[in-house]
Amino acid sequence: MNRFAWVTPSTIEEAVGALEPGALVKAGGIDLMDLLKEGLIAPQRLVNLRAVEGLDRIEEKDEGLHVGPLVTLARLAANPIVQGRYRALADAAGHAATPQIRNVATVGGNLLQRPRCWYFRSEAFVCKKKGGGRCYAHGGENAYHAIMNNKTCAAVHPSATATALLALGAKLRIAGPTDAREVPLETFFVAPEVDVMRENALGAGEIITEIVIPYPPSEAGSAYLKQGEKESFDWPLAEVAVLLERDGNRCKRAIIVLGAAGPVPVRARTAEAALADKVIDDATARAAAKAAVQGATPLEQNAYKVTIFEAIVRRTILAARGNTA
Amino acid sequence: MADENGKVAVQTGLVFPGGSSLSEVERAVPSDEPPPWPLNAELSVVGKPFPRLDGPLKVTGAATYTADVRLPGMLHARVIRSPHPHARVKNIDVTAAERHPAARAVHVLEHMRGGAKLRDPKQETPSKFPIVRYVGQPIAAIAAATPADAEEVMRLVKVDYEVLPFVVDLEEARKPDAPRVFPGATEQPATAGGGGAVPNVPQQGNVRGPTKTGPLGPPRGDVEKGFEEAEITVENTFRTAVQTHSALETHGVVADWKPEVLTVYASTQGTSTVRDELAEVFGLPKGKIRVVTEFMGGGFGSKFGIGNFGVLAVHLSKKASAPVRLMLDRKEEHVNGGNRPSSVQRLRVGAKKDGSLTAIHLTSWGTGGTATGAGAGNVAKNMYACPNILIEESDVFTNAGPAAAFRAPGHPQGAFALEQVIDELAEKLGMDPLALRDKIDIDEDLGGRNVDSAARRMERKIGSQKFDWARRKPAGSDRGPVKRGLGVAQSIWYRFIDLDASCEVRLLRDGTVEVLSAVQDIGTGIRTALAQVVAEELGLQPKDITVRVGDTAFPAGVPSGGSRTTGSITPAARNAAHEVRRRFLADVAASMGARPEALSLKGGKVLLGDDGGRGIPFRSAAAKLKTEQITASRSRAHDYGGFAPGRPGMNMGIGGFGGVQFAEVTVDTETGIIKVERVVAVHDCGRPINPLALESQINGGILQGISYALYENRVLDRRAGVQLNPNFEQYKVLGAREVPAIEVLLLEEYQGRSSTDAGGIGEPATVPTAAALANAVYNATGVRMTELPMTPARVLTALAAARKGAQ
Ligand SMILES: Cc1cc2nc3c(=O)[nH]c(=O)nc-3n(C[C@H](O)[C@H](O)[C@H](O)COP(=O)(O)OP(=O)(O)OC[C@H]3O[C@@H](n4cnc5c(N)ncnc54)[C@H](O)[C@@H]3O)c2cc1C
Repeated sequence: MNRFAWVTPSTIEEAVGALEPGALVKAGGIDLMDLLKEGLIAPQRLVNLRAVEGLDRIEEKDEGLHVGPLVTLARLAANPIVQGRYRALADAAGHAATPQIRNVATVGGNLLQRPRCWYFRSEAFVCKKKGGGRCYAHGGENAYHAIMNNKTCAAVHPSATATALLALGAKLRIAGPTDAREVPLETFFVAPEVDVMRENALGAGEIITEIVIPYPPSEAGSAYLKQGEKESFDWPLAEVAVLLERDGNRCKRAIIVLGAAGPVPVRARTAEAALADKVIDDATARAAAKAAVQGATPLEQNAYKVTIFEAIVRRTILAARGNTA
Repeated sequence: MADENGKVAVQTGLVFPGGSSLSEVERAVPSDEPPPWPLNAELSVVGKPFPRLDGPLKVTGAATYTADVRLPGMLHARVIRSPHPHARVKNIDVTAAERHPAARAVHVLEHMRGGAKLRDPKQETPSKFPIVRYVGQPIAAIAAATPADAEEVMRLVKVDYEVLPFVVDLEEARKPDAPRVFPGATEQPATAGGGGAVPNVPQQGNVRGPTKTGPLGPPRGDVEKGFEEAEITVENTFRTAVQTHSALETHGVVADWKPEVLTVYASTQGTSTVRDELAEVFGLPKGKIRVVTEFMGGGFGSKFGIGNFGVLAVHLSKKASAPVRLMLDRKEEHVNGGNRPSSVQRLRVGAKKDGSLTAIHLTSWGTGGTATGAGAGNVAKNMYACPNILIEESDVFTNAGPAAAFRAPGHPQGAFALEQVIDELAEKLGMDPLALRDKIDIDEDLGGRNVDSAARRMERKIGSQKFDWARRKPAGSDRGPVKRGLGVAQSIWYRFIDLDASCEVRLLRDGTVEVLSAVQDIGTGIRTALAQVVAEELGLQPKDITVRVGDTAFPAGVPSGGSRTTGSITPAARNAAHEVRRRFLADVAASMGARPEALSLKGGKVLLGDDGGRGIPFRSAAAKLKTEQITASRSRAHDYGGFAPGRPGMNMGIGGFGGVQFAEVTVDTETGIIKVERVVAVHDCGRPINPLALESQINGGILQGISYALYENRVLDRRAGVQLNPNFEQYKVLGAREVPAIEVLLLEEYQGRSSTDAGGIGEPATVPTAAALANAVYNATGVRMTELPMTPARVLTALAAARKGAQ
């Protein structure tokens, strides 16, 4: 770990101003510490967001839910409004990491954390993500790697909240050196084929200032399920978030997002289409689940993840049906 | 010491929940030892559950572990480690490191301790520095003022490597043309810190073996003939993964070299073995070395020696003339802290139609990296009655960190194979697995193993009632995607005793009672057990006793390995307390106007004959001592009736310890997830001293066993030789949500072998768990899991293969 300066701004403007080249934002610091310890980053300055006013609110307004980036995963999971109308998000936040981590980790940091691929995280391998020439997971130890979109880089996107927020149609508000902007989460993530060195489109010197989730339509419900090898202290082998909009028994619209499947969260559009206008029951959920994993391209050691995804997609669809208001 | 042995009648046998089966035997008890205790039911503090005395210190953080030791002027050390799995070190340049203003000492390692060595060192081109044989092998170390400085200085040491071909994959390493980890045959001599392999074993390439004579004896009978006599034969191949010890506290020391005395605070399972190894390495008389382990955060077998890191720390302290702290971080701990070797076991068992076994043949190989120790045959050799047994075990060297003893070396692996084959045999014979085991229990003496088998039989009986084994359904008969199954497996362990086990007991005039021993409490609760034993003898409560352990300045203590601590050290404590009691009563008898024989100690009082319990308080009686203190130091005698014959130097007692574990699991056949719902564990370990601590040990053994069965797996990259999961994030250890309902039933097993008749539990508690789970998974699904860990990937693959086979 290198020596660095520590700044604690109290406004967004100050924070943005403090983000000179070589500086990094620190929220909960969970991922930042890991990256520092492994020597993957060496910032000259850390800009601690903890004292910035107004970044840790959860408020529901007419158009939807406003979540500050500094809201911890624990608060998000325990919030009754989130548990009600934004259930997938509460369950995603509540099942990430461990209770201790959730008490510190923020939703902003969770969205922006780097992948946990063990080749990327080990200083012994200079993979594509670190400017090297190859993906070591290809032909290597890849039991926990991507089963989709894994040709360039096989790391999976690590964020549980990204999976849920994408299903809920969230937008990010971003402040930076130039004007503030708003980005739908849908277009925020960057595929490795576009730029393998990053996972999202946050620019240098930019800060997420708010996450906005649209108020769900009537007769809608969402769910999130995570399947890890174990329940405590573990990452998902598969995680799925589903938003169902219903018209009586029928599915009017479905959004199905797979986390831990590809380098960025994956919208399972064929599965969504398979469900549209159907009565949601075990058979249609099963068919949609099959469609969700149709194009999977598993590596040598992770074909089992395809089987698990199929089961979890089906179970999440049925859970979302159960959660419908 | 008196050598006349008086014959004494002792009650032996079993006391179990709801009954007992006891008989009387005669034992020769040394005349300076107290008469045998009656059964636990008649004692006041021994055999009763006591929370550990140091519990509050531990949970409040007040306990000082090695990592917490802070000495004035203490420096911080870091180790420079090889990034290459196999290399020749050409040059080490320390000039830049030495020039750093915060650097205080640099030391380059001259010799590698631990692991195998070339039988003939001349087979390797001479090298100024030890040859690197695994990623993470220590090369040198530096000391600096602060941890941050140490990290900077460490990065300034420049090492030039000539990289050599390497192999980390077990099956690759077995091939004749595989890169050689060692260019010739090897030996692994034992050091004061342990280890040691059978010498003069043939070696072909990386394969050392097979050995047919393990430490517990030669083959039995003739397996060929045994298989000819068999009416049914079961055969399968089982694989287990490398497991790292993953103790909560990593290896580490604070070394303080002074001209008069070298003091080393060490996280160790053996204060005395660390001292002895330091004496060996630094040529110091043992009297000039003091090793201290006040509190210790677990070792599971990996912490007996000083280790290369410890040697480096002592050199640094000597060079810098200052105390040096060197604790491994988690990554170093995984790659260089020891591990349980992997195994591949081809096991074949032949039987008659009535279930009696005719032959057992095990061929096994496994890798402990650069060390030996991959044998897995003791379970197959010792568990059941069979006239023909052949075990052929080989070590396969790979370019990976050296193995170390790990909680019942070889046994969880061996049980995983044997207990599944027995389960399969039972099914093929149409017998209940418990009924088959009743049939193949050992009834020949064989060094007391019949007694052991009798305990197992009782354990099966009371365990199956508690568990309601009768509800077990045929394998794979559950409908629906989530299937439930029940399984059972047995444990076997041995009675190891260490005669270098001594205690001093002191009684002071103010009533203070102290017990002192170099023995260390590695987390098992020996502090509390010693207090109970001394309290029992003096009619006090455990809290009245001050226990000082973990310091070689005290009388010799037993290293905590082989589950021998309680069985070895508690008799020494009782013997010493008994002598103090004798002299105490002699002193106070005069002032009470009584004969010493008429006095007794009970309930915190000195009682005179049958005076209705009035007596005088212990403290008031102590005030009458003629001298400021009475002190007695006593050791462990040989087992009454001697040790098992034919095993010289092992101090292996007659009979052993073990247990039976019943497991209930569910298997989600859509995700491959196994969930352990319930474990009923029935164990014996001689006379229980503190049933509460015993239960903790059994809980821990089961949890470590579940973790081994379902999650733990050291993953190395085959192309770089680097461990990919040297952390607790991707090296998966079970957590709170994976803990099943555990019910522990204890048998009291009286053998009349020592003044406390206590045994050990740490190891037997973890031996059968993985096997019991695997049998339960089979019962749930009808599919046998032959490879550990039983991950969703493996479960789904096995289920898919079975479906395909059925079509
Ligand atoms: C053992 C373990 C298990 C875990 N399991 C899971 C899991 O199952 N699912 C899961 O989703 N996560 C898991 N995590 C990850 C954990 O949830 C994240 O590391 C954490 O949420 C990061 O949040 P933080 O506030 O600590 O971020 P930080 O570490 O402070 O920041 C992370 C990154 O985001 C940037 N950043 C943070 N906030 C902002 C902002 N407002 N604007 C701009 N940039 C910002 C930082 O510069 C940094 O690059 C696990 C972590 C561990 C250690």
